[in-house]
Amino acid sequence: MASVILRHREIPDLNKLNVYKKNGGFDAFKKAVTKMQPSEVTDVVKNSGLRGRGGAGFPTGMKWSFIDNKIWPHYVVANADESEPGTFKDREIMESNPFQFLEGVALASFAVGAKAAYVYLRGEFWQVAKFLDEKIAEMEEAGYLGDKLFGTEYSLKIYTHLGAGAYICGEETAMLESIEGKRGQPRIRPPFPAVYGLYGKPTVVNNVETLTNLPLILANGADWYKSLGTPDSAGVKVFSLSGRVRKPGNYELPFGTTFRQLIYEHGGGILDGRPVKAIMPAGASSSMIAVDDKVLDTPMDYASVRTLGADLGSASVIVIDDTVSIDWVISKTIHFFKHESCGKCTPCREGTYWMMHLIDDIRDGNHSPSNVDLLLNVARQMQGKCLCPLGEFSTMAVATGIERFPQDFKKAETQ
Amino acid sequence: MSLAKKYSREVKQILSKYPAEHKRSAVMPLLYLAQREEGYVNKSAMQDIGKLLDMTETEIASIVGFYTLYHDEKAGKYRMQVCTDLPCALRGAENFMDSLCANLGIKVGETTPDGIVTLEAVTCLAACDKAPMFQIQSSNGLEYHENMTVDRTMELVEALKKSGAGVE
Repeated sequence: MASVILRHREIPDLNKLNVYKKNGGFDAFKKAVTKMQPSEVTDVVKNSGLRGRGGAGFPTGMKWSFIDNKIWPHYVVANADESEPGTFKDREIMESNPFQFLEGVALASFAVGAKAAYVYLRGEFWQVAKFLDEKIAEMEEAGYLGDKLFGTEYSLKIYTHLGAGAYICGEETAMLESIEGKRGQPRIRPPFPAVYGLYGKPTVVNNVETLTNLPLILANGADWYKSLGTPDSAGVKVFSLSGRVRKPGNYELPFGTTFRQLIYEHGGGILDGRPVKAIMPAGASSSMIAVDDKVLDTPMDYASVRTLGADLGSASVIVIDDTVSIDWVISKTIHFFKHESCGKCTPCREGTYWMMHLIDDIRDGNHSPSNVDLLLNVARQMQGKCLCPLGEFSTMAVATGIERFPQDFKKAETQ
Repeated sequence: MSLAKKYSREVKQILSKYPAEHKRSAVMPLLYLAQREEGYVNKSAMQDIGKLLDMTETEIASIVGFYTLYHDEKAGKYRMQVCTDLPCALRGAENFMDSLCANLGIKVGETTPDGIVTLEAVTCLAACDKAPMFQIQSSNGLEYHENMTVDRTMELVEALKKSGAGVE
């Protein structure tokens, strides 16, 4: 099947403007601007079943339809913050298929009537931002961005904005604060960005991969996109495979591909031929799945992964084999979230701090067995009480790791 | 010379990206500009940016403190920032880091005696399939080095040390 997102793997030099154009580039944007109403674009995206690819899986067209048309101007922000351990798809998309991504930004902007869009890249993507700036300049030169596009009244500018090393800025309201020149700390929601977003104006925030789907959905139609994937999860997904596999990397596959197919057919199996012990299907924020044959044969779509007590999220599949102890895994995730907690809300700021001290003590092996219970208790106490998802994320691997791999914590206690 | 004078073209270009009534948005790109000078943001740069954007020095300092890629202290000419997060660690990043420490003769967080390389452990850099990896932050910006070995890293360090004084 031909790729939808990672088309550069089949079409050499797709990151060159003339090559992108030759392969249907900007046809969808031109058609939208010259022949369609913004609401028609939104309807196509709604009917396609496209859901947000950044992790939350919220229906994209529905998100756009929440935009408040009584307040202007509107903004679009592309979330290129990509900072979750296990996630590395958006960089490949922006480096290798940048015009399809930028055309997606343009389509989303037209659909919600935005005349300015910002691409928020994590600060580490310094070189990617420079590269995108060049591509944006080429699009302006060619008449795909700028004033009165295609002879219509519609105008659009796209700007890049570099973060500076803060995972929390991937949370959409923290991202907006960051663009506004503040510390990246989440806002209390509601109001949601669709009503009160960038500079207090209605704003759509979409992930890079989500946006990159749009040109082909508009070109080929909602039914075509829906025909890929499963009834619950339309279309294709870039699965980022990492951890103890032979061939880690990005694999664009239809929803419904099984874990076994991803790990063994695409990922070449496990290093040294070891068995899979655990899977984190959504990066470091993921619940930990204890793996057996049934799990390996589970289709990767939003609904099926939920039956395993986890979420598919951004489909950043971290694979853990039997050489790895789960107490070590959660010590890594806890240290990450402790470092990245923004400090705004007490449950996350204090909770991650105490989880870190508890897991360090447990790993040192110099503490009473009740420490594991206390750690689990702290994680559970945090759940449902944090201001934004980051705090909740920090507890997922901890709670499920202790519950589903108790033997790995007993070992640590007796060491 | 003030930042606004020395980099007048860059400052103007940065400010043009944001609505005039929201010029505070320019604080992050301006801080990167300030770091070009010495690899960290000094007090006078914070004052310059504050004047440009109608922000207090304290507000600027709070931004510098919040984001890990801004620094308020001098370090080595090159900050070698090794990802030791879970996916990289599953592929040997911790052993890689230990070997680098041994080879460089410094601990994580320290700088080589010649002031060229500061070794830092950082959180995920979105290159989980290319571990071991690190980025090098210098006054020139950031550069990724992926699928690295200790030998190749030490060759790179030697090259950095040689060109050390000469690199802009």
